[in-house]
Amino acid sequence: MPRWYGHQEFLVHTSGLSNPELLKMLLQKHILDIFIFALSTLFVGQLRADTIEVCATCPVTTLQAGIDQASPYDTVQVAAGTYPEYNIVINKPLYLLGIGQPIIDGENKGEIVQITSDSVTLDGFVIRHVETSYTKDHAAIRIIKSRDFILQNLILEDFLFGIYLQKSHHGIIRNNYLNGHATNEFGSGNGIHLWYAQHVLIEGNEIEQARDGIYFEFADSCVIRNNYSHHNIRYGLHFMFSNHDQYERNTFEQNGAGVAVMFSKHIDMRHNTFMNNWGASSYGLLLKEINDAEIIGNKFIKNTIGINVEGTNRINYQNNEFKDNGWALKIRGAIYTNVFTKNNFLHNSFDLSYNSNLNDNVFEKNYWSNYTGYDLDRDGLGDVPFRPVNLFSYIVNKTPETIILLRSLFMDLIDFSEKVSPVFTPDNLMDPTPLMKPFQSDLPPD
Amino acid sequence: MGKILKYSFFDLMRSRWSYVYFIFYLALGFMLLFLNNDLSKAVITMMNVIIVLVPLIGTIFGIMYYYNSREFTELLLAQPIKRSNIFLGQYLGVAVSLSLSLVLGLGIPFVLYGLFQSNAIWDFSLLLITGAFLTFIFTALAFNIALSNENKIKGFGYAVLLWLFMAVIFDGLFLLTLVMFEQYPLDKFSLIATMFNPIDLSRILILLKLDISALLGYTGAVFKQFFGTNLGLFTSLGVLVLWTVLPVWRLVWVSKKKDF
Repeated sequence: MPRWYGHQEFLVHTSGLSNPELLKMLLQKHILDIFIFALSTLFVGQLRADTIEVCATCPVTTLQAGIDQASPYDTVQVAAGTYPEYNIVINKPLYLLGIGQPIIDGENKGEIVQITSDSVTLDGFVIRHVETSYTKDHAAIRIIKSRDFILQNLILEDFLFGIYLQKSHHGIIRNNYLNGHATNEFGSGNGIHLWYAQHVLIEGNEIEQARDGIYFEFADSCVIRNNYSHHNIRYGLHFMFSNHDQYERNTFEQNGAGVAVMFSKHIDMRHNTFMNNWGASSYGLLLKEINDAEIIGNKFIKNTIGINVEGTNRINYQNNEFKDNGWALKIRGAIYTNVFTKNNFLHNSFDLSYNSNLNDNVFEKNYWSNYTGYDLDRDGLGDVPFRPVNLFSYIVNKTPETIILLRSLFMDLIDFSEKVSPVFTPDNLMDPTPLMKPFQSDLPPD
Repeated sequence: MGKILKYSFFDLMRSRWSYVYFIFYLALGFMLLFLNNDLSKAVITMMNVIIVLVPLIGTIFGIMYYYNSREFTELLLAQPIKRSNIFLGQYLGVAVSLSLSLVLGLGIPFVLYGLFQSNAIWDFSLLLITGAFLTFIFTALAFNIALSNENKIKGFGYAVLLWLFMAVIFDGLFLLTLVMFEQYPLDKFSLIATMFNPIDLSRILILLKLDISALLGYTGAVFKQFFGTNLGLFTSLGVLVLWTVLPVWRLVWVSKKKDF
């Protein structure tokens, strides 16, 4: 994992750089980084001098005592059982291993684990009952100004914040299960919360019933992979002011809203599934003030709004599938240089809602299930352009109250006549070469 | 009245039109479910059909029946029978046979496809109830038109216009007002406006019960707040009852005074 990690970080950092001097500098810096990281983990593995055992009948009966006795790079091995402890501080590089899922029960008294040292690994614990405070952000695990941490195989339950990274970087959070049991937005926190963090890999976690499943604020160059975030009160995943992040193959289901990406640059979104985010103000993906992103190979199924776009520039929408949504795409405000190509729009109530000029955005070679044209030259592309904004969608955009005429005969009639000869709908907003058959998704195997 | 109802009913059975409608709905139901095994989706498609076809069939059939059985009506009028009984009997004969065709025709395929195991059953029953209501309403309106117009061509013209108005023109005017007065708060207005059109009322009543109501956004929220409560449901059903009772009452009233 460390090797992979270094490689990733290297890639993210060097992409898009043109200055050779800077590149060289970065290269040197990071090779050193990688080397040190690999070496340090190697040392943890090989020079594991001591193992301290913690259990109910051992000489050491509490985690804190075990940690205090341990020397740096020791292993603290905790046997199954319940340990009613809170405010545990880990202030030296340690490997904490739970055998048989020992339970650390905070008994709603405060924060539970605080990590203030580099190279700490936490593996195989159940941590539960964090105090709900309205003035302090108590977390099950808080990592402060540290690096090279690994949190894995943990079960966090009934927390305000689950994992809280504070100015920490180069770490891995994987295969954890987090359940916040949150019921309202004001009395709950986020599952995995990153605040000023870089180069963190979040992989294979399941997060439910938190405020935001995963929250990024000033978190750069992170990777989020294969997570399942569902039934969260607000968002499944939430980006604020975070750049150069990548999330792929995650599933976001039945959250207040799927994923919100706000005020961020260079976010790479691939092969995720956004489904069943259904409600009056719900959506699969919200983009607000986003530049230079890639949205490729995602599936949007049964969301009230598939993607809600507000003020985005230079985004590639490719190979996505929009199926059974209320609105597949709802675009508000001016957007520039976005490319929508080879997407499937299948059986959405509205394919597109659009309220500004086309600008230099491009719609081409998409498949639209509402397309009724023909293909005489058999090149797989329809000979008649498709206009994704129908009259009803256009009217609803201007006067939202008219949505009440949804599925009335009158609307079907005028939609039909508008399709035959467009008068109101934007003339140039069209797909000149719609696909005749749905694009086959090329999701590579895991 | 019972006898005349029975007579009208069996007359329709004999003329096979009831069967034709029954088979039409049956085929439609099976086809929809065959093409799309999802019950709740089929309910939506069915709604589109019911909202357009049921009023049309009710209107056309009602007016046809009245004009067709005119000689028989005159014969009955010569007998010592209350006039209200004659017309109510005929009206109910038509309306009941049409509603039966609808309910059985759509009900049978849905039941066979496992309606009782599905949670779409309430949506579906609401669909059938509003469908039956629409039949009763539009047959009554058609009878009224026929009673007021001796001229068959004129009568047919008015009947078709009535359907056209309710199904299409009303929504057009509604849309126009919404667009023209978009500066004003319109949710109360639209709520009241729907009450004046049984087709719109049925459509919204069904829409709000379905998933798709999430699309309605803010306006939908106002509607949902009203129709979602028991009060709203009963009010709207009450309005549908009113839509049935008023034309029937006029039917009785006019038939009493009319000089045949």
